[in-house]
Amino acid sequence: MFPFERYGKGIAKGMAVTFKHFGRKWITTQYPEQKLNMSRRIRGTDIIWVRETCIACQACARACPVGAIEMQVSRGEDKKLKVDFMSIDFSLCIFCGLCIEPCPPGNAIYMSHNYERTTYRCTDISAGHEDITPSDKRCNELIVVGDDLEMAEGKRKSAYGRPDEYEKLPRQTLLLEQIQYLDDMRKKWG
Amino acid sequence: MTMPLIGSDALSYAEALPPDWPGSFWAHIFFWVILLILFITVIVLLFTWLERRWLGRLQIRPGPNRAGPFGLLQPIADVFKLLLKEDIVPDKADKWVHWLAPVVALAPALLVFAVIPFQDGALLADLNIGILFILAVSSMVVIGVFMAGWGSSNKYSLLGAMRTIAQEISYEIPLVLSIVGVIIISGTLSLNEMVKAQQDVAFIFVQPLGFIIYITAALAEVARTPFDLIEADSELVAGFHTEYSGMKFALFFLVEYAETLAVAAIATTLFLGGWQGPFLPPWMWFIIKLFAVFMFIIWVRGTLPRLRIDQVMGFAWKFLLPLALINVVITGVEVLAWPDAPLLALGIINLVVAAVLVLLMSKLFKLGGGRVPV
Repeated sequence: MFPFERYGKGIAKGMAVTFKHFGRKWITTQYPEQKLNMSRRIRGTDIIWVRETCIACQACARACPVGAIEMQVSRGEDKKLKVDFMSIDFSLCIFCGLCIEPCPPGNAIYMSHNYERTTYRCTDISAGHEDITPSDKRCNELIVVGDDLEMAEGKRKSAYGRPDEYEKLPRQTLLLEQIQYLDDMRKKWG
Repeated sequence: MTMPLIGSDALSYAEALPPDWPGSFWAHIFFWVILLILFITVIVLLFTWLERRWLGRLQIRPGPNRAGPFGLLQPIADVFKLLLKEDIVPDKADKWVHWLAPVVALAPALLVFAVIPFQDGALLADLNIGILFILAVSSMVVIGVFMAGWGSSNKYSLLGAMRTIAQEISYEIPLVLSIVGVIIISGTLSLNEMVKAQQDVAFIFVQPLGFIIYITAALAEVARTPFDLIEADSELVAGFHTEYSGMKFALFFLVEYAETLAVAAIATTLFLGGWQGPFLPPWMWFIIKLFAVFMFIIWVRGTLPRLRIDQVMGFAWKFLLPLALINVVITGVEVLAWPDAPLLALGIINLVVAAVLVLLMSKLFKLGGGRVPV
């Protein structure tokens, strides 16, 4: 039995561990180049609106707890309601999903799977939105109007509350590189 | 005229200097001062980059990789950021002391390089008391640090500065004693002569215990990670330079790395054989060894957590100091009793002695007056 414990064995072990880390592939994600797949039920920072199926009932606008949705409707020639103006202010939106739930047809408004909503600049607007929140400073670039809300290239519907969308989305990865790293290790050592 | 210092002749710089060199003494001084300042600046920039890259790799992440290839332009971006930042002086600060502190701290850190040989005889001043000069000068950094802590009139700054003084004065003693062993073996205080004495065997093999004590005490001296509690960012905001910004902070940053560079250079010169080495030109060997020591320091930083203040002080006084003293005595006895001993034989004896001593001291080393098992 070796009667000594604290002669620097721990230091040597620790140094060996960090040295082994040296040759490894890093586990951090290089964000703009590599992107992680989010959970399929993510309430992403975008909302997709479908003009064709929308019945202009304004249920979503009334359900919005922060008043981010603005919708103006009018009756057309055929006595049917149609949407004249639809905008969502994503600087107010809290992505709670309450606008999705009351939608009567159930297929006119969706949460999205996208999670990138950043702008390079923020021009202030005040018109039309004063006194809704303590701050009436708003980011012009984050207010999305009309057709820009609709489905487009690169936008994907979230599976939040839509189990039918579930299979269309990619599997979630939390640490993309780490999974790749584990695969590499498996290849290396079988 | 060709520069004599890069030639592979074993002539010393002064001898190689042609007699008609214009104002040879001042030309030599001027040339070396410019060269040393450039060398320190460039190497410090490289060190900041290397530290972050190498530390990143040790922690399985890439480190800075956006600015330029492999993030090589990152230090330049950092320098510009620091130079362009506003220079803030606290309202209640002692203005003169606050202003002078970075300068006082920087000067000794640069002065150390005056006696470090880059090649045989290629150094600013081949003092015959070189290592003594280094020890005397490098202790003065503490004054600059304390001036910074006092002048800021900020409790975190002052606490950081007090910790610095306590720690650096404590570790100065084992540091000096670990060097004494090398001095005994080589029989000279001139760094160039010491490097020449390591022609066959580097002193790390002759004085293994001395090297361990030196590198540990040096880590504490320059406040590198296991001993970085003088600027422990989780306890004190940033230590003594909390109230510094802009150019003055850049100077302190430079001091920190210049000190690390100095420590690496001294370790290289005293223990690793300095510019000695096969095939490559000697100055290249010197720089390679410098970087090796620095990478070792970062490797330690990437591994070990910060110690508590009582652990730090206890380690200096109860562990390193007795070991260093015993090392000096043993080395002295060896040199007296066996003057013609081959260095390698001394090295083997010292290695065995070092292992026994470390094991023994690890058993005797206790913190908290023996009451608290740590």
